[in-house]
Amino acid sequence: MSIKHLEEYRDPELARRLIDRICHIRSKPVRLMEVCGTHTVSIFRSGVRSVLPVDISLVSGPGCPVCVTDQSDIDAFIAISRMNGVIVATFGDLIRVPGTESSLEAERAGGRDIRMVYSPMDALDIARAHPDKRVVFLGVGFETTAPTIAATMMTAMASQLSNYLVYSAHKTVPPALDALVNAPDVQIDGFILPGHVSVMIGSDAYLFLKTVHHMPSVIAGFEPADILQAVYLLVSQIHAGMPELDNAYPRAVTSTGNPKAISIMNAVFEPVDAAWRGIGTIPRSGLKIREEYAVMDAARQLDIRVPEPVIVTGCACGDILKGIKTPPECALYKKRCTPVNPVGPCMVSSEGTCAAYYRYQ
Amino acid sequence: MCLAIPSKITHIDENGMAAIDVDGVQRQTSLLLIEDPQVGDYVIVHAGFAIHKIDEKFALESLAVLRESLALSMQTDRL
Ligand code: SF4
Repeated sequence: MSIKHLEEYRDPELARRLIDRICHIRSKPVRLMEVCGTHTVSIFRSGVRSVLPVDISLVSGPGCPVCVTDQSDIDAFIAISRMNGVIVATFGDLIRVPGTESSLEAERAGGRDIRMVYSPMDALDIARAHPDKRVVFLGVGFETTAPTIAATMMTAMASQLSNYLVYSAHKTVPPALDALVNAPDVQIDGFILPGHVSVMIGSDAYLFLKTVHHMPSVIAGFEPADILQAVYLLVSQIHAGMPELDNAYPRAVTSTGNPKAISIMNAVFEPVDAAWRGIGTIPRSGLKIREEYAVMDAARQLDIRVPEPVIVTGCACGDILKGIKTPPECALYKKRCTPVNPVGPCMVSSEGTCAAYYRYQ
Repeated sequence: MCLAIPSKITHIDENGMAAIDVDGVQRQTSLLLIEDPQVGDYVIVHAGFAIHKIDEKFALESLAVLRESLALSMQTDRL
């Protein structure tokens, strides 16, 4: 199987031309934030960082779902996994994140039933296969993932599957961008906006970046030419002094997004204030399960007790998620903290900035 | 983690599930989140759900526009 347009977006000649253009128009040092963790990995893997002029810095943002999950939610996941009669279903990246007293990995080694799934649909299958157990899906992720989990909850409701529960630690991207732009210690000249969150919410969801904050912003795909095109458009906007909201991923992103997915998400979840690691509480940036689905809400149905959270001292993950620090500026990086023995979530997740630096830098 | 490569729908069953081809590997995906899926469509898949249909013709067109705008700006530089 070959997809013609993909090969063309990987064309080195096209990339070279884009780099030429970027070098030609730049006039002052700029700091661009790639908001999405998949962009971080793709930028490292493709070598985009090394071909850009040195005065264009790409800094990573808060778009690694596991990394921004608050310590109290991680502790709640661990507490759930210790309950009798419970099977925990989760995406793989969460397993190794250290909580205050333990990790899901340690709990699993101690005999708790914790299963990694590729899709939340797999969690539904586990629930069907184990009617005598309660199956709790640990919901982390942004607007790309939340509709998929909402769809499993609707399916469970329609088929009267009563042993499927979800703990929702989902977050939404636009309120986090708003908080970042308003944070006095964050210095960003432009945003490379996430590709697949934008597939769902549409480019119009970011209009406030232009109209309220005058912040240059470009939605990007994941191929090298996509990312270089986004950098090119951002540098052009900055150079011209005309902040815009550009869509450099039109083959996947429309102005209105995927209305079907968003209506399913909104039928199950409603906005709530949420705590982000490193950033703090951001108004209406989380997704809470609506009253209509309360029977499936693990936070309402289970008696979850968590310890007072203790954030590992010395881990700079929080500042890294705001683009204030880079991993080498953390004293533990490559010393006490490595992918084999991760201290913080930015080293655990395959999308974490520390893990990406470790692997590719 | 977003899967950036679109997958082709090879089969659709009556429960709204589809078989997709991801770089030669067959997988199951749910079609609940998209409108009017057809066998042969290229879809972006996230966590076992198709979330968008890619129009190959449109993808190539936007690429042509990019190439053209790059060629144009190079010309202007030389003037
Ligand atoms: S290197 Fe480890 S300890 Fe340092 S910021 Fe990254 S995750 Fe935290």
